[in-house]
Amino acid sequence: MLELKNISFAAENDGKEKQIIKDISLTIENDKFTVITGPNGGGKSTLAKIIAGIEKPISGRLILDGQDITELSITDRAKAGIGFAFQQPVRFKGLTVLDLLKIAYGKPIKVADACTFLSEVGLCAKDYINREVNSSLSGGELKRIEIATILARDPKLAVFDEPEAGIDLWSFQNLIRIFENMRNSVSGRSIIVISHQERILNIADEIIVLADGAILKRGAKDEILPEITGTDSAVGSCEMLDKEARK
Amino acid sequence: MSKVQLDEIQKRLIREVADLHDIPEGAYNFRANSSLAGRNTTANIDIKTKEDKPGIDIIIKEGTKNESVHIPVVLSQSGIKETVYNDFYVGDNADVLIVAGCGIDNCGTGDSEHDGIHRFFIGKGAKVKYVEKHYGSGDGTGKRILNPVTEVYMDEDSAMEMEMVQIKGVDSTERTTKAELKAGAKLVVHERLMTHGEQKALSIYDVALNGKGSSADVVSRSVARDNSYQKLDMCILGNDECSGHTECDSIIMDNGRILAVPSLEANSVDAMLVHEAAIGKIAGDQLTKLMTLGLTEQEAEEQIINGFLK
Ligand SMILES: Nc1ncnc2c1ncn2[C@@H]1O[C@H](COP(=O)(O)OP(=O)(O)OP(=O)(O)O)[C@@H](O)[C@H]1O
Ligand SMILES: [Mg+2]
Repeated sequence: MLELKNISFAAENDGKEKQIIKDISLTIENDKFTVITGPNGGGKSTLAKIIAGIEKPISGRLILDGQDITELSITDRAKAGIGFAFQQPVRFKGLTVLDLLKIAYGKPIKVADACTFLSEVGLCAKDYINREVNSSLSGGELKRIEIATILARDPKLAVFDEPEAGIDLWSFQNLIRIFENMRNSVSGRSIIVISHQERILNIADEIIVLADGAILKRGAKDEILPEITGTDSAVGSCEMLDKEARK
Repeated sequence: MSKVQLDEIQKRLIREVADLHDIPEGAYNFRANSSLAGRNTTANIDIKTKEDKPGIDIIIKEGTKNESVHIPVVLSQSGIKETVYNDFYVGDNADVLIVAGCGIDNCGTGDSEHDGIHRFFIGKGAKVKYVEKHYGSGDGTGKRILNPVTEVYMDEDSAMEMEMVQIKGVDSTERTTKAELKAGAKLVVHERLMTHGEQKALSIYDVALNGKGSSADVVSRSVARDNSYQKLDMCILGNDECSGHTECDSIIMDNGRILAVPSLEANSVDAMLVHEAAIGKIAGDQLTKLMTLGLTEQEAEEQIINGFLK
């Protein structure tokens, strides 16, 4: 269980300080699949980075299973059980997919086992396991490898930042299946996915709408989903969110 | 054929520079503390001691296929200074692997220095893969110095792939590589360099693409840590229709310094020459990513550097 208590974050932009996260408090329960959505620039990735320890909040506390992790480094938070799949995965000259999976797994791993993680994200293991995680990989391939590293890590709390971005339709089905599997098989854990996709929102237990650095709506899927997909087009729903955020 | 006589330190050095755990198959010449420690020749590959100066001639018969030559050098006594001349004559259409390398263990106070002058005369259509590793160890105050000179003369349609690695323990190095290519010849160089402590490394490449359709691809990846200094000087000359590419990709850490001096000279309108250079510290998001996978910052650095220099 992760608790966020009065988290705020600000950053300098053109010499002006901008409040990006505004006094957010929320609890992510165990065994819950939470989807965070909301307009671009709303602060979703920033919140995820605060959870992973990549950004430090200017005020507020983070509590993981009763332990205050606010002052913990990125490394210590990873060790405490937080996993984070980047919106824009990082490329490495020289490190291979296998190297990355080994690091993620955290203990010795058989190549065959590393391969199963790739197969799960729909990559043919033998074609990818020894590839360098460099600029020769396509955006979608990189994104899937990023997800595989989180599967290999198997964290208590997994945060995926727009995992579906750049992933083709066919693989999208597969992705949904991965999240459904994680959701059904795992107990005592929680998953947070940041997404704009209705089909991902659809498998959520809980939906949080983040706009302009604050929680605009929050509740069970059945309650929230009809409100934000009231209009057919994504543009429509965004406009609606924007308007509500400005109220 | 003489039997190889090496002590434990020398065996360890050989393992570092030539990945050899045992006596290799094929031709070899082991040099330890300035004298011959073992040699083997084959029906196609002859090795002769030079009469006028220290060094050997390696003569590879025309058409020799799938054979290898290992010529490791080890220095385990402090205070040795030597210059060795090795000439390789690779016959037309031969296809061989040549593994050279020098390991210095200096536990004493005298400087140890090995300057290897290697010349390659590569025949028409011949293919050579050349691997050279340099390594230093020992905690004496004496310096470990290596100043290799490599000259490559490539005849028509020959191909040479060079892998040059110096990752650890060499205090001072000035490596010079010169190549002249005739028509259709192809040279590929991969250099890996890491310096630490107070080390200094100079690496100079001078490649002349003289023949039509010749090509060179020189790629250097280097890491300078602590207070070390590197100068990477890469020059390609295009004298005919040819293609040349050089790339310096460097990471600096601590107070490391790197000077990359690329130069291209085209003397033919059909010469296509490209240089790329990048120097910088390890990208912050790479460290961040590995830290989110549970590594400490230092462990993340090691992984990134090891991968980069692999
Ligand atoms: N380090 C920073 N410095 C300045 N501004 C920042 C910084 N980090 C984020 N921002 C700004 O904060 C806002 C929120 O960014 P964030 O990346 O969290 O949005 P998001 O909700 O993930 O958007 P998207 O849906 O486009 O991914 C944006 O306006 C962004 O420009
Ligand atoms: Mg984002």
